[in-house]
Amino acid sequence: MRPISYTRATGTTDAIAAVTADPRSHFLAGGTTEVDLLRQNVLAPRRLVDINDLPLTGVEEMPDGSLRIGALARMSQVAQAPVVRERFPLIAQALELGASAQLRNMASMGGNMMQRVRCGYFRDTASACNKRVPGSGCAAIEGTSRGHAVLGTSAHCIATHPSDVAVALAALDARIRTEGPGGERSYSFEEFFLLPGDTPDREHPLEHGELITVIEVPSVPIARHSAYLKVRDRESYEFALVSVAAALALADGLVLDVRLALGGVGTRPWRAERAEEFLLGAPAIPQNFHEAARVEMAAARPTSMNAFKVELACRTVVRALETLTGSPS
Amino acid sequence: MSSHVSANTAAESGVLPERGPEPVQVTLHVNGERRAVDIEPRVSLLDALREHLGLTGAKKGCDQGACGACTVLVDGRRVLGCLTLAITCEGREVTTIEGLAREGRLDPMQEAFIAHDAFQCGYCTPGQIMSAVALLREGHAGDDEEIKEWMSGNICRCAAYPNIRAAIRAVRDADPDAAPGTGSGA
Repeated sequence: MRPISYTRATGTTDAIAAVTADPRSHFLAGGTTEVDLLRQNVLAPRRLVDINDLPLTGVEEMPDGSLRIGALARMSQVAQAPVVRERFPLIAQALELGASAQLRNMASMGGNMMQRVRCGYFRDTASACNKRVPGSGCAAIEGTSRGHAVLGTSAHCIATHPSDVAVALAALDARIRTEGPGGERSYSFEEFFLLPGDTPDREHPLEHGELITVIEVPSVPIARHSAYLKVRDRESYEFALVSVAAALALADGLVLDVRLALGGVGTRPWRAERAEEFLLGAPAIPQNFHEAARVEMAAARPTSMNAFKVELACRTVVRALETLTGSPS
Repeated sequence: MSSHVSANTAAESGVLPERGPEPVQVTLHVNGERRAVDIEPRVSLLDALREHLGLTGAKKGCDQGACGACTVLVDGRRVLGCLTLAITCEGREVTTIEGLAREGRLDPMQEAFIAHDAFQCGYCTPGQIMSAVALLREGHAGDDEEIKEWMSGNICRCAAYPNIRAAIRAVRDADPDAAPGTGSGA
């Protein structure tokens, strides 16, 4: 691990100014990505600016029914918040199915959005990785790719976005608010999480020194009837092979409204808009759930090692929606 | 702290003082005691405890946040010592396995681990116990399924899991006056 220096910030403006002024300063929140990757020599900041004392905690229900999640709220804190458990069960479930109790106490919500991929080649400085060293190639495409993405991939990167809660938030049209050298900004998830394309090193549109302050979740009434289903090699403390965030409202056996997003299969938290479109107005029966998932997964570009994810994703969508309709699975 | 503020890059870093990368004095509160150490900012809480404060209870297993052997409490919440920088713990209360015993008596969770033979090699045990103490306080020990899920961040390569769960159940079901983790600083 390289030597680093340290600054503890107490104000948001000061923290942003400090990082903005120094290209080799990074923000430090929970540290569960930053310290890990520092030790692996994947990240090489000169200095860490500790933002843990900034007043960006709190989970607040707004008068219009939306939710404001402070960027420094911890995963465990958000999962425990009564408003989240009652009105947005898919968020609470996604949080509590991620990482471990210790990591959830440490990791901040802003940091969760900024976490780096778990691709073994990204973490191994001896391997080619276009994310870590642009232009060096992608060792995963011809390598061990069982856990890698099948949607949103490119010839330059197939790393899966690892977050669970970002999948739930993607289903709910959450927005990410920032402050930075260019002032305050707000991003949709589609704007915030960039596809790898030919610049996989660029994962989000933030400027250096731009800091996530709040995650906003609009009032989504059907989110009260929602679930997060995660399929993985171990039952706990493991990343998803496939996960599904789903919310559903029915009227007379037809799908009145639906939200669907997929984890474990995409290079970003994957909103399944094609599947949603297929389902709207359709009878809420398993055949339609499977067909909707198939429509979404038609764009999949699997490797020889992760082709199983395509069918697994379809079955996980069916299971999640059946759970919400109360049908036997 | 003032003597350790580095001035060389102050011009670039605005008004906030910068410390390091050379060793700086860091004041920690561990198990109810104030302890000053000279460490580089890159030193983890785990290394500060083990190499600088002589508190070798917390163990270094993976050093990358995967095994839970380094679990300690910071401000009463269980965290991983290996992914926490010690310097970030200034002003916070750290509790390690050494801080659980009170007046020469082991914590009920420590007693229960002995009574239920909840370890074999013992390497993961301090982390298991710290995690178990926090688990009960969080109220996540309702049944075995819940205990398994909420203890999944602590790996035991000897697979003493059934006995670890038995120890946790025993403390959960014991006299509430014997609540775990009421030792110094917890």
